[in-house]
Amino acid sequence: MSSPLLEIRQLRKTYGSLAAVDGVSFTVQRGECLGLLGPNGAGKTTTLSMLAGLLTPDSGQVLIDGRALAGDTDPLKRQLGLVPQELALYEDLTAAENLAFFGALYSLEKATLHQRMADALAIVGLADRARDKARTFSGGMKRRLNLAAALLHDPQLLLLDEPTVGVDPQSRNAIFDNIEALRARGKTILYTTHYMEEVERLCDRVVIVDHGKVIADDTIAALRARAGSGGNLLKITLAQAPAGAWLPALRQLAGIRSAELAGALLSLELDDLTASASPILHFLREHHETIVHLSSDRPNLESIFLTLTGRQLRDT
Amino acid sequence: MRPLLAIIRKDLKLHVGNRRALILTLAVPIAIASFFGSLFGGQSGKTKSSGVPIQITDLDDSTITRKILTNILADASLKATLVPEAEARAAIKQGKTAVAVIFPKNFGADASSSFFSPGAKPELTVLHDPSRNIESSMVQGILMQHIMQAVSQNIFSGTGGRQLAQNALKRLDLGSGLSPADNGALRGLLTNVDQWLSRVAANTNLATTAGRGSGGGAGGGFSLPFKMKDEESEAPAESGIGRYNGYAHSFAGMGMQFVLMAAIDWGLGILLERQRGLWRRLRAAPLSRRTLLLGRASSSTLIALSTLAICWAFSMVVFHVQINGSWLGFFLINLGVSTFAASLGLFIAALGRTPEATRGLAIFVLLMLVMLGGAWIPSFIFPAWLQNVTIFIPTRWAMDGYDAMTWRGLGLSAALAPAAVLFAATALCGWFAHRCFRWEAD
Repeated sequence: MSSPLLEIRQLRKTYGSLAAVDGVSFTVQRGECLGLLGPNGAGKTTTLSMLAGLLTPDSGQVLIDGRALAGDTDPLKRQLGLVPQELALYEDLTAAENLAFFGALYSLEKATLHQRMADALAIVGLADRARDKARTFSGGMKRRLNLAAALLHDPQLLLLDEPTVGVDPQSRNAIFDNIEALRARGKTILYTTHYMEEVERLCDRVVIVDHGKVIADDTIAALRARAGSGGNLLKITLAQAPAGAWLPALRQLAGIRSAELAGALLSLELDDLTASASPILHFLREHHETIVHLSSDRPNLESIFLTLTGRQLRDT
Repeated sequence: MRPLLAIIRKDLKLHVGNRRALILTLAVPIAIASFFGSLFGGQSGKTKSSGVPIQITDLDDSTITRKILTNILADASLKATLVPEAEARAAIKQGKTAVAVIFPKNFGADASSSFFSPGAKPELTVLHDPSRNIESSMVQGILMQHIMQAVSQNIFSGTGGRQLAQNALKRLDLGSGLSPADNGALRGLLTNVDQWLSRVAANTNLATTAGRGSGGGAGGGFSLPFKMKDEESEAPAESGIGRYNGYAHSFAGMGMQFVLMAAIDWGLGILLERQRGLWRRLRAAPLSRRTLLLGRASSSTLIALSTLAICWAFSMVVFHVQINGSWLGFFLINLGVSTFAASLGLFIAALGRTPEATRGLAIFVLLMLVMLGGAWIPSFIFPAWLQNVTIFIPTRWAMDGYDAMTWRGLGLSAALAPAAVLFAATALCGWFAHRCFRWEAD
């Protein structure tokens, strides 16, 4: 196995008494798309900022291609393409002017810069809007331009910080297509998000962080297996939030791996839906609960996160 | 070098691209400077002072008061009108005039007889608007000059003068309350005056000759013992000099004020860029922090210089402001002001956490700089202690430098100290910005 393009060792960053990142370690292989998944405030952006050299870690190491970043002007930064969570664009400049500026920061020759600008605009599907000011773009188009601005210096590793925040489903799909196109070109991608479905669609591997710590680091398939191969999820919405006194008794039923109650929503992980469904419904009827909705699914990252942390992913 | 130029080019493009803001940043200082320039004297020699408005009531209507009024009406420092007493009092109450003077009955005779006699003197009533004390003091000074001249002329001329001297001698005979020695000395003086006026009356030629004098001889009465030659400060003739131009000061002040106001925007702009993640993107590139700050400072300096250049060009074309001193010195002052404004922008950005929290403080700093620098009103109006304090204000040096290079017409050497202070202030703000800028803040 070749050496990883990115290696993070025991990274730590504190703000006063708060440890925003607390001993985070993981690697990203060349050509891989790694999802950095966690709820808001889990430490994803802080981790990314340290990777890009924007923040100095209190301790730990970031190795890019086996070497640590040495200061602001280290040419190693050319290996990185940062796509900030914010729309980091000049609204009063055209798309082309924005790209020309960000490209010039990497001292690209004029001819190279123009070629890269054309490529980047083509990848994100904005070639025909190059001369339009960014302020005239829709939110999705701005997101795509935000992505294009990180491609001009042809970085090996793209650091995408929640690149689909605030965009409509159609634009989100367009961004996914762009990212998949970049993967096809051999780019390595570190993708932070708190959307499970994005990681499931785009990434080979996922690092789950919570409260600044890594709580899982594996392929999606392995994480699913850890949550239980062949298992099922059952979600039952009750007419009203119960006191929950019967919850321990419910967990004792055969074939129930876990049971969590959040308000009126009862989430269960089962060995076998066919075998367990009937006893569960019977149990609830005995406890005078009224079911208003019921659904089942195979385990996904959401349920894995729930299993690992005991909390829903979008809880903060 | 390429990233630095890219930052400068981008900033200039954004500045020029915002047409409305661009026009405002040029039109507003020009408009305000034009207004202030006209208030502070405009172009010397072309605009005349309108004179202090004064209303006069003459209840005496004697030869002396009529002479006083003639002189006052001819005085360019005053804009006098003769009105009845009630109207004068009403005008003061309503703020329609700065000062009103009421000459009481027998003022002329009583003032003349009081000249050599102790005791009660006629009262001249001077009413003034409480909000215009300075004008009142000025009017009182001018009145004193005209009254003394008219009264003394009456005393030391012809028959009227002899009559007054003789009357005064009679009063001395009746008892003056003076000691015998003082009584004797005054008697001697009055006797000599009487004799001298009798000789003057007998000698027409002498009287005529004295009358042609500047008022110091017989018949001329008292007058100021000197003549004032009103000569404006002028630079050496070889420098192709002009006169004082109030617009030079106002355009310097307003140009500098608006450049400093732009500095606040630059500083807040950096904070906004940080909020919008642009700073993260800039910092992700392999650029030194110095390059990032230098890029912003360079573009800000160029914008400030161009703003000042346009303001000055307007003042030269429309109000005939001239650079009577050194052009190189003038450029150095402008460059100093521009670099100072640019580094002040960085200072504001380094100081603040958010644009919202920083704006108030930045405006306060700007107002202090502009006010204490003498950009609004000349610093010589300040109290002495404040004038001493303003030595530590870079804008004060800038204004002195501008005055020196424009209407004062001084040479390059007069620009060196102000320019040095401005560049030192630039370096200080830049150093602070580099040290204290919150590079890791998101």
